[in-house]
Amino acid sequence: MSVTIIAIAEQRNGEIKKTSFETIRKARGVADELGGTLKALIIGNAVNDAAKKLGKYGAENVIAVNNEKLAHYSTTGYTKVVAEVVKKENAQMIFLSATAFGKDLAPCVAARVDGAVAADCTELNVDGGDIIATRPVYAGKALVDVKVEAPVKIYTLRPNVFPAGDPDESGSEANVEEVTVEISDDDLKSKVTEITETSKGKLDVTEADIIVSGGRGLKSPDNFYLIEELAEVLGAAVGASRAVVDAGWRPHDEQVGQTGKTVSPVLYIAVGISGAVQHLAGMSSSKYIVAINKDNDAPIFQVADYGIVGDALEIVPVLKEELKKNLGK
Amino acid sequence: MKIAVCVSHVPDTETKVKIGSDGRTIDPSGVNYIVNPYDEFAIEEALKIREKDGGEVLAVSLGGDSNKETLRKALAMGADKAVLLKDKDVRDSFAVAKGIAEYLKGYEPDLILVGKQSIDYDNLQVGGLIAEFLGIPSVSVVVKLEIADGKLKAEREIEGAHEFVEASLPCVVSAQRGLNEPRYPSLKGIMQAKKKPIEEVEAAKADSRVKVLAMKKPPEKQPGKIVGEGPEAVPELVRLLHEEAKVI
Repeated sequence: MSVTIIAIAEQRNGEIKKTSFETIRKARGVADELGGTLKALIIGNAVNDAAKKLGKYGAENVIAVNNEKLAHYSTTGYTKVVAEVVKKENAQMIFLSATAFGKDLAPCVAARVDGAVAADCTELNVDGGDIIATRPVYAGKALVDVKVEAPVKIYTLRPNVFPAGDPDESGSEANVEEVTVEISDDDLKSKVTEITETSKGKLDVTEADIIVSGGRGLKSPDNFYLIEELAEVLGAAVGASRAVVDAGWRPHDEQVGQTGKTVSPVLYIAVGISGAVQHLAGMSSSKYIVAINKDNDAPIFQVADYGIVGDALEIVPVLKEELKKNLGK
Repeated sequence: MKIAVCVSHVPDTETKVKIGSDGRTIDPSGVNYIVNPYDEFAIEEALKIREKDGGEVLAVSLGGDSNKETLRKALAMGADKAVLLKDKDVRDSFAVAKGIAEYLKGYEPDLILVGKQSIDYDNLQVGGLIAEFLGIPSVSVVVKLEIADGKLKAEREIEGAHEFVEASLPCVVSAQRGLNEPRYPSLKGIMQAKKKPIEEVEAAKADSRVKVLAMKKPPEKQPGKIVGEGPEAVPELVRLLHEEAKVI
């Protein structure tokens, strides 16, 4: 029996998230290897235009579920939609991105469709007719290879790990099939009523290609503007160590580490961060790591590709200017 | 208000993970276990709600005898009762949630609080699964919670934004850092917790659905090079990032 995979795309205000392209591209690859069928699923209100874009990332067929009651996310409402579509399509696999949306939705869907989730996967390898998923545990201090044994196998894919690739210029727009799912008030036992951007245009560390993180070595919260300015030059997100979050210098949503966020950017610049075990766990899967620290014995240098020993307050302003020159800004 | 708080017992964040002899789990020798940090926010929130609205707080944990330490901590912080759902095997989120949900069917809580994820398996699934097994809604990664008139308003973190969620009770809420500042158990609380019984019940068993085939260490990162000292080293660093790493 040929396998059917549903890859769920995520949109906010009609904009598809980059991570959804990554997930769909990977789902396409897996579907091809398994000789199966891939259908993307997008849920919201008036999302057909967004749906068409998915064609350039490997989804020829997209199911769009439009309902004004689903304009904002609802855990219970979206769970119902996914469950109905999975049943209608007789799908055996579901792919989502391990974003706030995917991580919230996946377990609820699993319970409803008699499935199970391999969460936050960093590798998916086809083995015979099945998938072996690799996922970090203990915030990346170890990895496990897992196999899902359930009627519906669900995989959430860590952002920034699987390449989305460039849109296929030859690829056409996706065929969009509209599917209606009735949503009653009882299906909306939880629903989002409002969304506020935490800071206009501020990038989240889990989504950024480059992160500039600061720690105690900055000596005072007043010096964090150096990190912000450096991040701005690079188009990077600002991160922070647990020490400075605990000290109240920075908001907790910037914290990188085992009790904060686990990140895998292309470039991670650790400024004045010594590299406690729990911090290293959260960022050591970054592709390139730069460390700036005055203590040349600091553990951060054990994972850094490039290090500079010295006072962050002296080095960061020079680095900012040098990067500006290099980037032609 | 009847509040159930689900707590898990995990290796502390300073743990250096060694792979156990079975090749599928960690070697627990020398590992210090703690209350899962996110569960402390859940316990604190439960206590705050009870202090405001009255009711009782039940701490629930599924696992082996050692989980009693974590339940004892929840009692010391102020939980009224604790129950250990006994299960000596390591199970996945699906099986753990099933065991907890089966027990909670009999307790009928108005609110179930969990930490957003345990810091061992990092699944972020138990809350959503329990909710669905009980046919009630859930809200995950919550940083602010208000309960009034039989419903709740929660603020949850998403990438670069906050969502404001309304949900009916009973509901499962998963706690994120920022929700509150967990209290330290008082000496009186610790003494009282020693006297409070921990009920022990055989957990309803379900099979794990996510089978761990192997656990391994991530590839060792080779220590890189120290480019130099002080601001003078900056131009060379930028050159390396541009020409060697090609990341800028």
